[in-house]
Amino acid sequence: MARAVTRQRKIVNTALAWGIGFLIFFPILWTILTSFKTEAQAIADPPIFLGFDWTLANYEAVLERSNYGRFLWNSIVIAGGSTILGIMIAVPAAWSMAFVPGKRTKDILLWMLSTKMLPAVGVLYPIYLLCIQFGVLDSKIALVIILMLINLPIIVWMLYTYFREIPGEILEAARMDGASLREEVLYVLTPMAVPGIASTLLLNFILAWNEAFWTLNLTAAKAAPLTAFIASYSSPEGLFYAKLSAASTMAIAPILILGWFSQKQLVSGLTFGAVK
Amino acid sequence: MGQIKLNQVSKSFGDVEVIPPLDLTIEDGEFTVFVGPSGCGKSTLLRLIAGLEDITSGHIEIDGTDATHVPPAKRGLAMVFQSYALYPHMSVRKNIAFPMKMAGLPVDEQNRRIEAAAKALNLTDYLDRRPGQLSGGQRQRVAIGRAIVREPSAFLFDEPLSNLDAALRVGMRLEISELHKRLATTMIYVTHDQVEAMTMADKIVVLRAGHIEQVGSPLELYYKPRNEFVAGFIGSPKMNLIKGAEAEARGAPTIGIRPEHFDVSTTEGAWEGTIGVAEHLGSDTFLHVHGVAGCDPMTVRVDGELSVRHGDRIFLTPQADKLHRFDAQGLRVE
Repeated sequence: MARAVTRQRKIVNTALAWGIGFLIFFPILWTILTSFKTEAQAIADPPIFLGFDWTLANYEAVLERSNYGRFLWNSIVIAGGSTILGIMIAVPAAWSMAFVPGKRTKDILLWMLSTKMLPAVGVLYPIYLLCIQFGVLDSKIALVIILMLINLPIIVWMLYTYFREIPGEILEAARMDGASLREEVLYVLTPMAVPGIASTLLLNFILAWNEAFWTLNLTAAKAAPLTAFIASYSSPEGLFYAKLSAASTMAIAPILILGWFSQKQLVSGLTFGAVK
Repeated sequence: MGQIKLNQVSKSFGDVEVIPPLDLTIEDGEFTVFVGPSGCGKSTLLRLIAGLEDITSGHIEIDGTDATHVPPAKRGLAMVFQSYALYPHMSVRKNIAFPMKMAGLPVDEQNRRIEAAAKALNLTDYLDRRPGQLSGGQRQRVAIGRAIVREPSAFLFDEPLSNLDAALRVGMRLEISELHKRLATTMIYVTHDQVEAMTMADKIVVLRAGHIEQVGSPLELYYKPRNEFVAGFIGSPKMNLIKGAEAEARGAPTIGIRPEHFDVSTTEGAWEGTIGVAEHLGSDTFLHVHGVAGCDPMTVRVDGELSVRHGDRIFLTPQADKLHRFDAQGLRVE
């Protein structure tokens, strides 16, 4: 009897989880579906779910009108560059905060987080002017640095939390075994923190990929990434929902695929054996 | 070589002085045990020697050279941790190889030493496993193997057996003692278990609140404890400490008598009492005797074959030549 109840509950829970998952995914699904409709069908009322004439015309139009490859390349460079630069700064920072904390470590961490509470628009003007003065307006390097700085508090926090899980005695053992600081971080800390570092890398890459405020405001033609590519279709020329959807789909596709693969990576990373 | 000398070494954490300045010399090849109740500073002292904590003042000499500011990696000491502290992402082989890799030893030599250590520690079949796939005793052996292969000038053990079950602990205790006999390298061993201290040590250092209470061989500490604290700490079960009239009658404010140093009778003796709990261990029986003035209960060791029961009357006579006398400050009086 008890068994039947648990089974029923299992079915309900599974259905509920799938339901919520579907609800969250629905806007993305709708965007993808719309990208295959004609402009007329895209704005049809009532909306057409699947029974429309599937077409690739929107993709052709979008690819013809703009250079997708260049936007994609800019996105990869900006998101990848800021992530790599951020990790290089954050690993040593999180190491020192986790393993040799000082009196003010907690305060520094909180202060770093508080910078995330500042509305970005508040510093838009000074940063814009700085970019002009350094001659880096509409350049990838400026965005790499700015996005790195914006996401740095989150990366440091995430890594700090992961590093705290690693028993300090293992690092001390490495020190007793003759490892220098560099060797300790390279051979012992980093491999042990791989799941943590991997998920931090992924999250930071996604955040940087999706970042729209700075990428839209500080770029024009040269350094514009995929966010600018999408934005260029919500234009004053009129509402081209289908083309906008096609552009959006092309912009999110790389990150969706990346997320799908690294998700499996992360699950296997989480089953990583621990000491004791 | 592995002589370690502490010169007025002290340690404070903030305003709290955990180890007031102390002097200690550990001779080359000696098995020294730091023992004391928890919080006495024994692990901190070991970590100061290892270099994992900076000393607040004083000097540490290893093999005659000042090592006070030498980082742990360069002191030539190996340490075995309470949690074993194995690298979970490396196989047993790589764990053992790690210190040699750091030292830049040729791979042939590394493999030779790994094979030798694995053979000595019964790990040959486990070299390709991860630490997570080993039992507690095996992990402990890997930690010891990792320490041996680098041929350190001294081994430091920080309560290495406290995570093992009782049977395994006795076995590992013997293995470590045998290892010391074979290698004849200096070993410093921290424990709160006085049985480990008594059975393994050449020299015991008894610590309390960062102070050294006494340094000596196990039997010196057993027969001539310098004060009441050492008297009560060394020996199992504990020494009976008696205050009051019975002590004064024997010429000191406090007298001590070990459980094994009584003449026991059911008819006559110096002190009379009632048996409370009788713990039968087979070879011995420990009696907890109530009703003797100045010490309640009094612990007495009797032969396992003596048949006594809860509630029986019993007479105890301390063996006069085995009495310990302590003055009002708790210091030994000869």
